[in-house]
Parts: sequence; structure tokens; C-alpha cells
Amino acid sequence: MLNHYETVFIMTPVLSEEQMKETVKKFEKVLLDKGAEIVHQENWGLRKLEYPIAKKTSGFYHLFEFVAEGSVVKDLELQYRRDEKVMRYLTVSMDKHAIAYAEKRRNLRKERAAAETEAAPVAEQPAENTNNE
Amino acid sequence: MAQQTDIKYLTPIAVDIRKKKYCRFKKSGIKYIDYKDGEFLKRFVNEQGRILPRRLTGTSLKYQKKVAQAVKRARHLALLPFVTDNLKSNN
Repeated sequence: MLNHYETVFIMTPVLSEEQMKETVKKFEKVLLDKGAEIVHQENWGLRKLEYPIAKKTSGFYHLFEFVAEGSVVKDLELQYRRDEKVMRYLTVSMDKHAIAYAEKRRNLRKERAAAETEAAPVAEQPAENTNNE
Repeated sequence: MAQQTDIKYLTPIAVDIRKKKYCRFKKSGIKYIDYKDGEFLKRFVNEQGRILPRRLTGTSLKYQKKVAQAVKRARHLALLPFVTDNLKSNN
């Protein structure tokens, strides 16, 4: 039976942008090879972690939303575990509310991105490096 | 002779009229609670990062379960801390 899944994984911050993209490609290929249909993917870039994982305080987040057989998840997670560049992963199956939410979220992000590119030359976002602890 | 009913108070007695709690998800028709939105989930945890009970937030049982699930998922992905101090103040 085909199911809707969403998977988020965190890669180590020691990777370069290039290596990070390569890793993402690799997992994308894993999914496609297994016959999954990728509905959506998002790269959140380098993000601060709320608590250290493997002595790292930040990581590259990436999200895939895909439709596939349940067995694909097992293979994907095996690949996650084999790859030492992946620090954490989470795969969840989505119910109908989650799917509706994901779609709404996607559209919202698209709109926001469109608005940003429009407004970018006019108003640059203020720098946020005044947050000293 | 002053009768008991004649007692007057200088300050009115504090009768606290509590506002009725309601489930914000039911009220605003939210069907799915996103574990990826750490900022939103922070409303349902206390300063130490513990999940707040239903009796404080007013969330209905159905959605409390979903909130708890979402918070736990967010913790796994380091979007929320397991334990901390002053979660609210340094953000």
C-alpha cells in the first residue's frame, strides 16, 4: 500500500555546502531508486540545535516528503544509519490532516519566498547579531 | 444595633471570576500540530522545557495527545530542548 511519509534528517555541520548537497542527492537517489515519488523537499540550511548532538551545536536540516511503500522507509533508515554524516533522522507517516497542512505550508512558503524576492532590493533584513548571551 | 447584613467592606471581597478555558485547536479549527514549528510548540512547555498539563492550557484531550507527540518529535530533532533553564527568556 502506498503511504505518505515525511522525513527530516540532520547532517553534521563540518560538511561544506557542496558536500551537504551531495549527501542530499544521495538520499534523493535512494528514494527514487526504491520507486518513491518525492512530493516536496526543503533545505533549512545550517540551523542551531537546541542541545548538542555528537558535540555539535548546529546542523544542516533537510526534509523530504514522499509517497512510497512502507518497505522503502526501512531501506531509507538503514542508509541513514550507515551514513556517518547523518546525525539524526525522523520519518513519520502522514495522515490526511498532515497532508493538508503540508500543502498549505508549502504554498505559504512559496508565497513568502515570492514576496521576499520582490521586496529584497527595497528593504534588506536587519542583521540579527546583537543577541549576546 | 448593626445587623449582620449591614457589614460593609472597605475593599470589595475578591471573588475571582475565572475565564473559562478553551481548547485553542478546537476553537480555531487546527487539525494538525506541526512538530517542525518549534516556536509554536514553546507555548505548550514550561521554562524548563516540560510539557504543560491540560489543566493549565485548557487543551482538549484529543489535541493534548497530539501536542505531546509533536513536542516529543521536535525534541528528537533538536528543535526543542529536553531540559533547560529559562527557555522563554533567552528567546
